Amino acid sequence: MARRSTSGRAGQGTWWAGLPGLAYLVALVLAPLVIIVIFSFLSRAKLGVGVKWEFTVQPYVELFYSESLSGERSFDPTYLQIFFNSVVYSLITALVCLVLSIPIALWIATRPPKWRTLLVFLVTIPFWTSLLIRTYAFVIILNDNGPINGALTGLGILSEPIPMLYTPFATIVGLVYSFLPFMILPIYASAERFDFRLAEAAYDLGATKGRVLMRIVLPAVRPGIIAGLILVFIPALGSFLAPELLGGGKTSMIANVIAAQFGASRNWPFGAALSVMVLVIVMLALVAFAVVARRSSRRGSQQSLESLL
Amino acid sequence: MKSPRGTGTSLKNFPLFGPVAAIVFGFLYIPLVFVVGYSFNSNRVVTVWKGFSLEWYADVLTNDDIQRAVINSLRVASISTVLSVIFATGLAIGLLRMARAGKTAAWSLIMAPLVIPEIVFAIGTLALFVQIRFPLGVDAITLAHTAFCIPFALLPIRARLRSVDLAVYEAAADLGANEWVIFRRITLPLLAPGIVAGALLAFIISLDDFIVSYFLAGAGGTTLPVYIFGMIRNAITPGVNALSTLLLLVSVVIVTVSYIIARRKR
Amino acid sequence: MAATEASALSIRNVSKAFPTPEGGEVKALDDVSLDVADGSFMVLLGPSGCGKTTLLRCIAGLESPDSGEIDLKGTRIDDVPVWKRRVNTVFQSYALFPHMTVTQNVAFGLQMDKLPKGEIAQKVDRSLELVRLTGLGGRRPSQLSGGQQQRVALARALAKEPEVLLLDEPLSALDLKLRRGMQLELKRLQQETHITFVLVTHDQDEAMSMGDRVAVFNEGRIVQVGEPREVYLRPRTRFVADFIGEANIVDVITEGGGAAITGWGAIPGESWAADSPAIGDGRRVAAVRPEDVMLTAGGDGRFPIIDATFIGGDLHAVVQVGDMTLAARQPAADATGLSTGGRCDVAFRAGSLRIVED
Repeated sequence: MARRSTSGRAGQGTWWAGLPGLAYLVALVLAPLVIIVIFSFLSRAKLGVGVKWEFTVQPYVELFYSESLSGERSFDPTYLQIFFNSVVYSLITALVCLVLSIPIALWIATRPPKWRTLLVFLVTIPFWTSLLIRTYAFVIILNDNGPINGALTGLGILSEPIPMLYTPFATIVGLVYSFLPFMILPIYASAERFDFRLAEAAYDLGATKGRVLMRIVLPAVRPGIIAGLILVFIPALGSFLAPELLGGGKTSMIANVIAAQFGASRNWPFGAALSVMVLVIVMLALVAFAVVARRSSRRGSQQSLESLL
Repeated sequence: MKSPRGTGTSLKNFPLFGPVAAIVFGFLYIPLVFVVGYSFNSNRVVTVWKGFSLEWYADVLTNDDIQRAVINSLRVASISTVLSVIFATGLAIGLLRMARAGKTAAWSLIMAPLVIPEIVFAIGTLALFVQIRFPLGVDAITLAHTAFCIPFALLPIRARLRSVDLAVYEAAADLGANEWVIFRRITLPLLAPGIVAGALLAFIISLDDFIVSYFLAGAGGTTLPVYIFGMIRNAITPGVNALSTLLLLVSVVIVTVSYIIARRKR
Repeated sequence: MAATEASALSIRNVSKAFPTPEGGEVKALDDVSLDVADGSFMVLLGPSGCGKTTLLRCIAGLESPDSGEIDLKGTRIDDVPVWKRRVNTVFQSYALFPHMTVTQNVAFGLQMDKLPKGEIAQKVDRSLELVRLTGLGGRRPSQLSGGQQQRVALARALAKEPEVLLLDEPLSALDLKLRRGMQLELKRLQQETHITFVLVTHDQDEAMSMGDRVAVFNEGRIVQVGEPREVYLRPRTRFVADFIGEANIVDVITEGGGAAITGWGAIPGESWAADSPAIGDGRRVAAVRPEDVMLTAGGDGRFPIIDATFIGGDLHAVVQVGDMTLAARQPAADATGLSTGGRCDVAFRAGSLRIVED
């Protein structure tokens, strides 16, 4: 046995080098997730902080029903509506990102190689800056006194500013801005590997630019598109800052409701149940995308992550 | 204009893609320009320009609360950087030697913080710490940041490790080096650029984090982003912009350095 | 095998199998035995995937054999870890440490032996001088040409003064011109240092020009060992005949006491090599080199010429004989009248046919 152990791998280290890291991740990534699931089946603590160790499915009931003071249960779509809104906002975000990303990703992919690296770097920089500050930027821009309204009223196009901040529009703009690089990079990664001689061959066979784009180029970057859709949809769904700062009170998303349960509302089990629902939606989304993409998307998303770094 | 005959490059271009790309680049950067620009506004109302002034910088840099937040942020970021880089280096080496099934499981665990919405991760960690009675504050934030900094530290280290010719380790063993000597004299020096790049990325990811810090801050753990969030909530002044500009500057400088290091000598 | 000669390296019944991705096993080495004389230059020759590199890695200690024994100067080493073996390797990719200078690369192995600093410096200088790289000690591997990197790899391994130096396809990354030069250089180094060299290659010219002895591998086994000339002149198997140089393999049948080639006729006794194995009964195969196939032109020749091409000063011809084609090569001067589509007669040079194992 000892003979085989070093066979063909002299000096390359051992698998147990990864054990401390894995143990840490079990303690600080896996354990929190497990705790969330456990908490979602427990009762509210009297003081609101933490939970009371009594099994109940009440938190999940609260998702659909509200209880009046007299104890009567009635169907209440408030939270379902918020879930629905969150999914819709995230889908719109993903689609807007897609439309914006295809041209820029393909444009970068067709630049000379030394320019490409720089342009990709320029796309990644915003990703590495604080999400809080990037969201705050739109608080300024979409303000009634902000540069957009200022310019429009100053030029006499508008008589008074259009309210943009604290609307669903503001939330979606903020989400698009937050996650746009996640769409551009995977599409670029696919496009960069695309052999543009195939496009030349298509032109040679008489195809027009539009047809080459639709029939040759876009199918080739499909793995990137699918990876990008996941990479934008998932974090958008769990967004806290954009709806909080740009949507005002009017356009809460799930994350804001969850945060409220651990803050002012002091209902941890319900917050945990909402989180479990988010995880379920995320997993469903992952499975759905995986089915659509088979293996190509997984490879694509990993490559796109690696291209980020 | 390009000739209608078209060379290889012009055939590659699609109409309007260039202008759209320019607009998207504008969309990515102009908001940040506004943040920076208004930080020099002497008016209290951010978006109404009155005149150039550095007073807000002086204002925020002398604020005691902000100084405390900066110290908290730097402490959290440095410690979680060191921890995550150590774990990530071990993981990079371990992943290379793991059997296929183990690798897949390990990889999903490592990447989980990138896939799970941050809010869920934040409240899960909060619940965990409250449950085991670990006090909230700077240390709690540090432990949580370490976990989600690991994937960011890991990717450049792993990329570097995978670019090394495996025969180099064999050559070292062949010349008489045992496993430990190989790690110290061959593996670590070869990984160094990846480790530095990974450390820089982990540092800004921790420095910029808001949500996890917000939930784990407790009474004394206010970090800079948590403080800025409070400022935005209360009253927006160009002071927010001044602080934001400084934080942006740090991020951009660090990511640029990391990028240069990672690309060198590939 | 005569044990009178001192063996540097003795390999006894070594086998090694690797698992395949499909869950099966592939035998890389199948009961291989080999002796390498002290101070000699042994070449392991064979096509890729034949096991020669696996054997080299087993000697180095980078792989462990499943069974069998490897002795170095009479001491068993197959259970000694790689870093303790007095054997060093020049890797196919050179495997220079990219973060160290040339001097540091060469010194590395000596530092592992914990030699005093002064001695290390001395040995590094001597090794670099030996491979003619004096003055380049301060450079990084990335600042060197492929040929220079190759020399650093050699110097690094030679500095340790190993009992045996293993070279894994060391010249395969060099261009043709450099390769010729390095072949001579390696031969010179081996003769100057008196270190036993074991070199792996798939290039028969390399094997022929460098080796004192050649071991020909096929499918995990050694099919023939001998001096290069001997292996070329007296191939034992169809594989060796075909792999080293060119050979026509013809089917031979016994016919009423004599031997015959179907479609050609009875083989005259003088065509056989004097030491060719006996034909015995039944079907056998024989090898004959193209230069030993003699064609004579004539409109009434028995055999059609499928192709005749002049390359350099030689005519390369392919002739249809019965069901088979024979390749022939002869000086242009003797080739008048031979052209594609023509006809000719075929004869075999005296002493040129040899029965080989199929």
